[in-house]
Amino acid sequence: MARVVVDVMPKPEILDPQGQAVAGALPRLGFQGVTEVRQGKHFELEVDDSVDDETLAKIAEGFLANPVIEDWTVRRVEA
Amino acid sequence: MSPRIGVITFPGTLDDVDAARAVRYADAEAVSLWHADADLKGVDAVIVPGGFSYGDYLRCGAIARFAPVMTSVVEAAAKGMPVLGICNGFQILCEAGLLPGALVRNEKLHFVCRDQWLRVENNATAWSTRYDQGAEVLIPLKSGEGGYMASQETLDRLEGEGRVVFRYVGGNPNGSRNDIAGIASENGRVVGLMPHPEHAIDALTGPSDDGLGVFFSALDALKPLATTA
Repeated sequence: MARVVVDVMPKPEILDPQGQAVAGALPRLGFQGVTEVRQGKHFELEVDDSVDDETLAKIAEGFLANPVIEDWTVRRVEA
Repeated sequence: MSPRIGVITFPGTLDDVDAARAVRYADAEAVSLWHADADLKGVDAVIVPGGFSYGDYLRCGAIARFAPVMTSVVEAAAKGMPVLGICNGFQILCEAGLLPGALVRNEKLHFVCRDQWLRVENNATAWSTRYDQGAEVLIPLKSGEGGYMASQETLDRLEGEGRVVFRYVGGNPNGSRNDIAGIASENGRVVGLMPHPEHAIDALTGPSDDGLGVFFSALDALKPLATTA
């Protein structure tokens, strides 16, 4: 078994209204100095050792992310 | 025999009943299709209605596109069957790759629910022939993730090929690129739009009956099939 993390982020050129709303709230809460926030998704997958990187890439690109609007990264981490 | 138009129900679909009613208003037969059943029951066209299929989990339409019925819809669309995606249905068609681009959270984050003016930009698709080119129609819009996004290259191609079918007028409600409310596939048989024509088929229950033209248009698109059958 291995733990795999897939991070999905809106592409830089895609408007991220949720991130903007978070960024806009911070000064109101008294936190200064945060100039930009981008909001994405973080997936943690427990996978069998038989699942290779190519398969993980297919899962990320074909399902967890929409490549039209999102970038993704896959990495194996210590469980 | 009147044309048979299928209306798909997914878990979380809301507007299948109104879509079926609109089909009947256009004197066609509405056929219920079930997400888990790949059988299209011999329909002549398919409507993917609005709602929140699979609770909008992951992304709107991301899970619905893998439903057995969608495999059949993609195959039928490749053979030229008219397919209409409304709201969540539009999102599903984009996720399924039948239409380019994607729908994202509204620019101002608010769920928008209002009667929206649209301009008909292309009256040559399977779902828009009953409109005059450039006609303005009043159709309800109700969505939280209706912002149409695509790469500049895709937008240029859509505009260049006249594949923007409906465009918002009187203000952009959700941040859609180029004020796009609805687009068509290359062959004009698959159309997706965020506003709800099925909610505007009778002045008693909607702001207008401007939406009826969408459903009557499909009958025109199916006529050659009906007469040879």
